[in-house]
Amino acid sequence: MDAIVLQILNGLDKGSAYALIALGLTLIFGTLGVVNFAHGALFMIGAFCAVTFSRILTWSHTVIDETKKDFLGNPLKVEVPHIYDWFGQTTGDAIIDWAVPLSLLFTVPVMLFVGYAMERGLIKHFYKRPHADQILVTFGLAIVLQEVIKYYYGANPIPIPAPEVFAGSFDFGALLGFEANTIIYPYWRLVYFAFAAVIIGAVFAFLQFTTFGMVVRAGMADRETVGLLGINIDKRFTIMFGIAAAVAGLAGVMYAPINSPNYHMGMDFLVLSFVVVVVGGMGSLPGAVLAGFLLGILESIASMAQVLEYLPGLNQIIIYLVAIIILLTRPRGLMGRKGVMED
Amino acid sequence: MLGLDKKDFNLLLIVACLTMLAPFILNPFPEGSGLAQFNAGYPDLMQRFVIFGIFAIGFNILFGLTGYLSFGHAAFLGVGSYAAIWMMKLLTTNVIPAMIMAVVIAGVFALVVGYVSLRRSGIYFSILTLAFAQMSFAMAYSVLTPITGGETGLQLKLADARILDGALEAGVQARANIFGLNMSSSAELSLGSWLFTFNAGYYLAAIVMLVAFYLAIRIFRSPFGLMLRAVKSNQQRMNYTGLNARPYTLAAFVISGMYAGLAGGLMVAMDTQVGPERMFWTASGEVVLMTILGGAGTLIGPVLGAGLIKYMENILSKINSDILHTWFAFLPDGLEDFIITLIYPFIGKGWHLTLGIIFMLVVIFLPGGLVEGGQRIAKLFKRKDASEDTAQSTPAE
Repeated sequence: MDAIVLQILNGLDKGSAYALIALGLTLIFGTLGVVNFAHGALFMIGAFCAVTFSRILTWSHTVIDETKKDFLGNPLKVEVPHIYDWFGQTTGDAIIDWAVPLSLLFTVPVMLFVGYAMERGLIKHFYKRPHADQILVTFGLAIVLQEVIKYYYGANPIPIPAPEVFAGSFDFGALLGFEANTIIYPYWRLVYFAFAAVIIGAVFAFLQFTTFGMVVRAGMADRETVGLLGINIDKRFTIMFGIAAAVAGLAGVMYAPINSPNYHMGMDFLVLSFVVVVVGGMGSLPGAVLAGFLLGILESIASMAQVLEYLPGLNQIIIYLVAIIILLTRPRGLMGRKGVMED
Repeated sequence: MLGLDKKDFNLLLIVACLTMLAPFILNPFPEGSGLAQFNAGYPDLMQRFVIFGIFAIGFNILFGLTGYLSFGHAAFLGVGSYAAIWMMKLLTTNVIPAMIMAVVIAGVFALVVGYVSLRRSGIYFSILTLAFAQMSFAMAYSVLTPITGGETGLQLKLADARILDGALEAGVQARANIFGLNMSSSAELSLGSWLFTFNAGYYLAAIVMLVAFYLAIRIFRSPFGLMLRAVKSNQQRMNYTGLNARPYTLAAFVISGMYAGLAGGLMVAMDTQVGPERMFWTASGEVVLMTILGGAGTLIGPVLGAGLIKYMENILSKINSDILHTWFAFLPDGLEDFIITLIYPFIGKGWHLTLGIIFMLVVIFLPGGLVEGGQRIAKLFKRKDASEDTAQSTPAE
């Protein structure tokens, strides 16, 4: 029992990442009708925003400390981050420690801009082209983005620590009445899950309770009629693309401490996220979120030792297996809408 | 000739000449000269050209004709490779049975995958094939280790059964051969400072590719090929005229899977080892790149695309900053450094970036690939009254 609870918890953080990426993919698909293979690259760029931000924070200059001597007897040279000069050492350290959460603030405008530029610069020209062309051009874009990142940041994963406060683990077992130390769960993963829940909630609230969101939903249902009512729906869809990019970027930032960012992390997640979107149903936002968590948890449960004893290797294939079964039995996915992608 | 019209026959003839003379054509620069690194006429790379050519021709039969974009074709290549190496381990190191087995097993596997995947179309089909391929990859990596050798893969070993072959002499290793002719044996011809290598394996692969290319032309020109194009242009209309398109698309899928299996078998024949990474989805993505880059739906396009990508992968990636410095040494220092900083990200390890950019440009501006580019250039130089009939390389609409 405790093992199952632990695996469900383990599934939650992976599921959160799937759900966030799949949510963005579905937003783009539902609004613009574009299959965006570069969405994984946006996730990766988000993670590298965190890297960049923490590098900016630790950007330092050399100071000669006369009071200390190095082993040759010369005055010691110390690297001092600029941030110490501005805020003093204690505050500076605290800011550097909180680099990942703080970089969220930095990431949002960057990702909004990246998304906006991508839509206006490239995707816009592909609305009238077949889906295969959209897949191909965004696939090419993903390669380019990934290689650019590789050029500037190198091919090795760059570890980014979470803030000191969240470094430890939380003993869930004691809380739920199991024996102590049976269910240990890192704090940061809890934070990630909570963060994902907040973002997902925010996106849904934005679509559900604002006028802007209402117009966007109307546009998703029937674009031409909204246009006939004299609303510039294209402009709003462009903004939605920016928001979808920001969601992917934020997911990437917060994932950086869990999995050190490397240049191909986006592609790794993208393939699975596409499976998630299709399982959830193309164009269905709740479906994407549901399928994201479902597949994340299923994957974790399948990797339990007790399961692997009977069905070895199941953890490797469970997601694809579920996808195949669902696509063949429920052609529109779990919560797919009628008339989406049925050409 | 051979059941082809004149135009197709000429195309086949040109391709045949090019592949047969490839050791000369791909080695235009003398040994030891500064440009020698652009020579592609060494056996390993030439084999890759033709093998990936076969793979791309096969993929094109599916994607170019029917428009079904498969993102899992590498699985068939991998399955073919595993089948081939097992034939060589168990039966004989002669490559003929290995290749036949590779084609058959890949065909059967494609039949199963295709039967399920073709129930859906569009992006769903892409995701289904991707899912199947990733599953095969994951299983080859983990559960099927007794059959696939897991992460290390399979190689020929001294202890293999090889029922049809006699016992090996002491100190001799089992090598892929065709009726005794070793696949890695080469003849060399030295003319002045030029050195040409004629490799047995390359010529076997080239002949197989020519056969595959010939069959592809026949398929393109057959009523069956026409039916596949009809599927691409409007499946709805096909269904309403009372035609069930599924058997045709399934046949195309299986044929294209068999081509991939053949390519996999040839890979094993050239280099007797297999690993699961051959089935990873990036390998499937690569064949998509090749086909689109060359020109989907055209006969020669996929081969060109495969050649271009493999050339870039092997030649462009070798250029490093030292080589750039020797090239631009004639410029003043400041300018030299500036130009090198500009170029450097695109070569050497960054060749993927160049590939990605070229690919995007092709998708955006030349949906018909390099072949369409060639046609447009040819049109500029042609007189207006020249025949507009470029049927042999018009992309299937």
